[in-house]
Amino acid sequence: MLIIKDLHAQVEDKEILKGINLEVKAGEVHAIMGPNGSGKSTLASVIAGKEEFEVTKGSVSLEGEDLEEVSPEERAHKGVFLSFQYPVEIPGVSVTNFMKTAINESRKAKGLEDMPAKDMLKLIREKAELLEIDRKFLSRSLNQGFSGGEKKRNEIFQMAMLEPKVAILDETDSGLDIDALRIVANGVNKLKSKDNAVIVITHYQRLLDYIVPDFVHVIHNGKIVKSGTKELALELEAKGYDWLKNEAVV
Amino acid sequence: MDLKDKLISSFMAFENNVDVEHPVHDVRTEAIKNFEHKGFPSKKEEAWKYTSLNSLQKIDFSIFPKQDNAIEYKDVKKYFIHEIDTYKIVFIDGVYSSHLSETTHDGVDICLMSSALTKPMYKQIVDVYFNKVASKDESLTTLNTAFSREGAYIYIPKNKMPKKPVEILHFATGNEASIMLQPRNLIIVEENAEVQIIERHQSLTSNDVLTNAVTEIFAAESAIVDYYKIQNDTANASLIDNTYVDQKSKSHVKVHTFSFGGKLTRNNLNFFQNGEYMDSTMKGVTILGEKQHVDHHTLVHHIEPNCESHQDYKGIYGDSSTGVFNGKIIVDKIAQKTNAFQKNNNILISDKATINTKPQLEIFADDVKCSHGCTIGQLDEDALFYMQSRGIPKKEARALLMYAFANNVLESVRIPELKTRINKLIANKLGVNLGFDL
Repeated sequence: MLIIKDLHAQVEDKEILKGINLEVKAGEVHAIMGPNGSGKSTLASVIAGKEEFEVTKGSVSLEGEDLEEVSPEERAHKGVFLSFQYPVEIPGVSVTNFMKTAINESRKAKGLEDMPAKDMLKLIREKAELLEIDRKFLSRSLNQGFSGGEKKRNEIFQMAMLEPKVAILDETDSGLDIDALRIVANGVNKLKSKDNAVIVITHYQRLLDYIVPDFVHVIHNGKIVKSGTKELALELEAKGYDWLKNEAVV
Repeated sequence: MDLKDKLISSFMAFENNVDVEHPVHDVRTEAIKNFEHKGFPSKKEEAWKYTSLNSLQKIDFSIFPKQDNAIEYKDVKKYFIHEIDTYKIVFIDGVYSSHLSETTHDGVDICLMSSALTKPMYKQIVDVYFNKVASKDESLTTLNTAFSREGAYIYIPKNKMPKKPVEILHFATGNEASIMLQPRNLIIVEENAEVQIIERHQSLTSNDVLTNAVTEIFAAESAIVDYYKIQNDTANASLIDNTYVDQKSKSHVKVHTFSFGGKLTRNNLNFFQNGEYMDSTMKGVTILGEKQHVDHHTLVHHIEPNCESHQDYKGIYGDSSTGVFNGKIIVDKIAQKTNAFQKNNNILISDKATINTKPQLEIFADDVKCSHGCTIGQLDEDALFYMQSRGIPKKEARALLMYAFANNVLESVRIPELKTRINKLIANKLGVNLGFDL
């Protein structure tokens, strides 16, 4: 579904990704782990199409289509979703209006009419319930004054609304207490199917207890230095990253 | 002949048409003397540093409009807040249109300045209020005073509130090659009374129009006044708006100014707080493109203790447009416990757009809270990417962000249909159809 080949990316002449190779098939959950500054979030942003990062070599393709010339919004229309580590606050735009705009723009791109208001409302309610989101919350300005947990829950709510093919969860567990973590993970698990894929970016094993990965990859210094199954995450939890850093040097 | 000379010589012709025995005649005579002495303001004056009236003075404006230029309601309906019922005071090329208007004397007076200035029944009130808060030495105000004859006259007696909002509309038909209009409004809201007013100047052609308007507002104790100015005129229409507000204790006066178009717009908005425990609010949304120019000059004079003032102006400037914000706050020595807040936030969306913003605080009291903040920035790239990543195209994302930027100014608009209209004007101005009903 998503194929990343020898991906190199830089920002302001500083190379951050130095040859990433990754293939994610439909129905799979991949976890990407690694120390701070290793390039995890950059990889997420590059997949989502952030223009600030320049791809100097290699490619990202979705269902056989090279995404190089594809804008972030078109990537979203094709089924890429990024749950932000730091969701942006947008005062003056309610969660509901934001989602309506997003859904209808996506439909427009596919040549569909706007979703009837009644269906939209129903969909919003249904997905809000899944994430245990209070209805009052939906009329608040997007992310403004939200707690860390509310922001992350809201990200997964958006994922539920947009039903992406590939969802990248960038440190969705950071800032979550155990109850919020369970709600978020539960939401992701319910959204998972044999037709979509999830990439979980995290520092810690904790989230992977709830969202169980098929594969675990470790990024260090812009490269995947080790790949394995979920046991690798446990090993990292026990041993830290240092042994891998050393390995990478060799 | 330049415009100044033309105006001064026209004054004599003007006098032939008005009652020279009326006390207002002396006021007019004084006023034209002042204008003759001062002339149009030039860029050498600090208050006019960024706004030049030179090119306007070269236009051969017609000073006295022809008498009847009829227009059909269906042709101008869109300029009214037609979704709701309103009182309407409508002028076509400066001449009252009874056909398009809906005035009243039912418990309140919503009618014409020309009646107020000539009919004996209004004399007592006119003597007390006319030209009492308007400046007697600012040249453009005195120019208007000299020619003051027509405009809106609104008198709301104690404890009254009109059944519906009042719309004041000025249309310019373009039947004259170029026209100068000088409407004069007098609005008196007595103790514990309330009124909502929507004002708009609209040119219907591409001919040159220059409007030099003066509005005097008197808000007595505990009165509430909401005044909304819609400025979305054509590329050859210019407006100099001089508004003076005299407030008494516990009154609340809000002026919202929505500036979306016109060639040159200058808003001189002056508040004088003659009492305690009152609130003065000035809010504005300015969205400009092309070569449009808007200059907001505000003044709040805190004369007595325990009062508040709130200013919040948002500006979005594209193309080669230019904006000015100059916010002056004076707090007199005895005006302790004053809370004065001022904000002016701007976004430049083009490299050629310019904004000059300047807070000007003169505080003589020592126990006050005054804050001011001016910002000039670009749209937040992270927010744009966030929205794009949800499938919202860049253009719409920008519009949504700009809308959000201006939004808190709209929160205080108390007429929902007007709010919807302003939202639509904003969406139009930003060139997008947002995917939801604003």
